[in-house]
Amino acid sequence: MAACLQHTGYDQERLLHVSDKLPCRVFQAGTLLSLMGEPSQYSYPSIFLYGHRSTGKSHVVSTLLQELELPHATVSCVECVSAGLMFERVLLALFGPDTTSLLPRSPSLSDFVRIYRQQCPQSPANQTRFIVIEKAELLRDMDANLLPVLLRLQELIEDNVTVILLSEIVWDQFRPNTGCFEPLLLHFPDYSKGDLQQILSQDIHPSYSAELYSAFINILLGVFYSVCRDLRELRHLAALNFSKFCEPLKEGKVKESDTHKLWRNIEPHLKKAMQTVYLREVSSVQWEELQMEEKESGAMKGLSAHAHVELPYYSKFLLIAAYLASYNPARTDRRFFLKHHGKIRKTNFLKKHEKTSNHLLGPKPFPLDRLLAIFYSVVDSRVAPTASIFSQISSLVTLQLLTQLGHDDQLDAPKYKCAVALDFIRAISRTVNFDIVKYLYDFL
Amino acid sequence: MSKRKADDSHMPIGESISQAQTLLRERLCHQRLPTRPEGVASQHKHLLELLKRTAVHGESNSVLIVGPRGSGKTMLLRCVLAELLTEADVQKTLLQVHLNGLLQTDDRIALKEITRQLSLENVVGDKVFGSFAENLAFLLEALKKGDRSSSRPVLFILDEFDLFAHHKNQTLLYNLLDVSQSAQTPVAVVGLTCRLDVLELLEKRVKSRFSHRQIHLLSSLTFSQYLQVVRAQLQLPDATFPDSKFCHDWNASVKALCEDKSVEEVLQRQFNSTKDFRSLHRLLMVSLCRVSASNPTIKPADLVDASRLFSADSKTNILHGLSILELCLIIAMKHLNDIYDREPFNLQMVYNEFKKFLQRKSHSMYNFDQPVVMKAFEHLQQLEVIRPVDVAATRAQREYQLVRLMLDHTQIMEALQKYPQCPTDIKQWADSAFA
Ligand SMILES: Nc1ncnc2c1ncn2[C@@H]1O[C@H](COP(=O)(O)OP(=O)(O)OP(=O)(O)O)[C@@H](O)[C@H]1O
Ligand SMILES: [Mg+2]
Repeated sequence: MAACLQHTGYDQERLLHVSDKLPCRVFQAGTLLSLMGEPSQYSYPSIFLYGHRSTGKSHVVSTLLQELELPHATVSCVECVSAGLMFERVLLALFGPDTTSLLPRSPSLSDFVRIYRQQCPQSPANQTRFIVIEKAELLRDMDANLLPVLLRLQELIEDNVTVILLSEIVWDQFRPNTGCFEPLLLHFPDYSKGDLQQILSQDIHPSYSAELYSAFINILLGVFYSVCRDLRELRHLAALNFSKFCEPLKEGKVKESDTHKLWRNIEPHLKKAMQTVYLREVSSVQWEELQMEEKESGAMKGLSAHAHVELPYYSKFLLIAAYLASYNPARTDRRFFLKHHGKIRKTNFLKKHEKTSNHLLGPKPFPLDRLLAIFYSVVDSRVAPTASIFSQISSLVTLQLLTQLGHDDQLDAPKYKCAVALDFIRAISRTVNFDIVKYLYDFL
Repeated sequence: MSKRKADDSHMPIGESISQAQTLLRERLCHQRLPTRPEGVASQHKHLLELLKRTAVHGESNSVLIVGPRGSGKTMLLRCVLAELLTEADVQKTLLQVHLNGLLQTDDRIALKEITRQLSLENVVGDKVFGSFAENLAFLLEALKKGDRSSSRPVLFILDEFDLFAHHKNQTLLYNLLDVSQSAQTPVAVVGLTCRLDVLELLEKRVKSRFSHRQIHLLSSLTFSQYLQVVRAQLQLPDATFPDSKFCHDWNASVKALCEDKSVEEVLQRQFNSTKDFRSLHRLLMVSLCRVSASNPTIKPADLVDASRLFSADSKTNILHGLSILELCLIIAMKHLNDIYDREPFNLQMVYNEFKKFLQRKSHSMYNFDQPVVMKAFEHLQQLEVIRPVDVAATRAQREYQLVRLMLDHTQIMEALQKYPQCPTDIKQWADSAFA
């Protein structure tokens, strides 16, 4: 295979084993290993690894530390709701369970450093201890001193310790105002298409040949690579769609070698997947179920679109009115909603340019009376202004289809904004046979 | 005996390198104290004299050591302390309390730490004190008791001194500086800070109790001195290194390295941007890591590569890994920035700009649904390549939330140049923004 890790401080056999586990990342692992040095040597106090999601940061670090049996503690900031929890996990991993009982309730940084220092002479480090912090960007939201302390932990604790921070955000966005100990930066570049192909092709399906799987991956990357380079996500999509890919084979319709036919079969399917599973609009289980159903009914159903909210009849018109009020300038209401609006010059009326298109800028707030005025003119039958209208408005607010803006001091009347997208409101309009596009200023 | 020595001095190359690494790493990573700090002789002398007055003559005092990050404040203090403690008398009597503004984040924690470092936890026991001053006075009084009639000098060292100024009412600072003015116990308060304006952070009553002695650490090295420093940092000690032949070769190679033209260029650039030792150590450390049995010396290329690693722009690195779609969105944002003069924009506007590009091209290669584009947009936001203008306004519809692009012109340009297999039509579209 490709290159292999080299380091005189470690057993060659083991390094070979580690290299096998890190395809396409041997170079990064090698750099990291050379920074770490031999176990007994000092390493740089803090190392900041950054790179996109699923570029193997955690994988490389944990494989190295585990396979080479180096003392280490790994904590993820997502799991540590408090700094205290982080201290506890670090002490537990480095010094065993007895230590954590020494921590007081809601421990301070001072407690952590004190207890760590007390433990050092009892279990002296003849090997560098590593503390790995995952999702380090979240440190910025924790105790303000936590990050600066971790960066210079070696100096504060006077132990052979190295802190490795992992993040997908660049270091520039971390640096505190008064500066801090600058870590060594190490970049994990994204995998190339070839790398992805190589890595994904390793998950071979037992009952099919490696070539077939690799061909499938090639097709998958053809569809998704321009949108998504996240290995984890691609692997997930591969696993979900492989059985569909194999269907014609199972049924004996196509031979394995006929990749073109296989491609024709799977491509529309993957495109569909991009609109649904990739966006998490349907869960993986749902996706699999849908695939089953499809097989039975033989038709491709339109999957996408938003959760269908069933609204009462008048609420739909209220929402439509709100949409119109949000996206049309108030001065055009007369033109749209008054049957006999007299003469308004069309050219005047249509004077607009793109900069003011409301579908670019987003919804504008409107007062209640304007909403009601539009509502009464778009709804056909006569509706009395009952309390029920108001309660429907407030339930639209609860459903977050409308947003209520804070009371304006001078006017003392609430204002609203419509919070749904064009596609959504068109779907709603269709159900009540209202052609909303005709009433939208932007689309005249 | 001498024969043995001669044998020993020829170790296998791997072992010599490992020894050299161990030694140099201690210097570059672990901030081992230098035998003689470079270029700070007068500061060293000044501080030593001051502390001697407390440690030997029992005078109280206060002083601030001020200098930028990595300029050697901590190192200077430690060197002085080490020298001070070579005197047996001092070693016997001097008490030290080390506090750090990063760790002792309020006065209660600080007081607990002071008590512990003075080993007075048992003496204090469960006593309750009315005020901080009372508590501190008790601690200092307790030190007097015991066999000696005169009180022992206490050194209070406050690293990241400026952070203590944020404690409520600056009680700790007030009391420590107050004690350092009254003559009861010989107390020296040494503050270390990187803030030049630190005095302005102090309340009037605190400031008036400070001696106003400051020791500034501003490097006055010239470039040729700097080169000497680099050489010294990499050299192995002739006298103690086990393999004398290796040591000799190594030192010769270091000398050659420092005389190399490309290395000099790198160091000149480093020198111009910052003279501090820590950045230098970082640079040398990365170069040192390349040394192995098959590459037994630091080569000029190693240093040049290391410096390239440091000057690389992280954001450009991140942009390299974006998908085509995400890259397209960034180009669209760049266009918007040009049109609207860096006003914030929302996804809808970006999408619109992108669609305009797609309409000009007739192919449907990049025809993505809006939700897919939205996901790409959110990814950019997660990477903090774009930032919402108003973080609180999360209630706005996502596609209308106003954001700003956090990249500058050159970063986008560099990213485009480095982008692997960037389609030509996209490049042209981008170029039209730079015209
Ligand atoms: N004059 C010098 N001679 C030799 N080594 C030095 C000198 N100045 C600094 N160093 C080295 O540079 C490194 C950084 O110094 P130090 O930690 O003392 O900086 P600092 O001023 O305390 O920084 P911070 O404000 O971040 O605490 C140390 O390894 C130190 O040994
Ligand atoms: Mg310091």
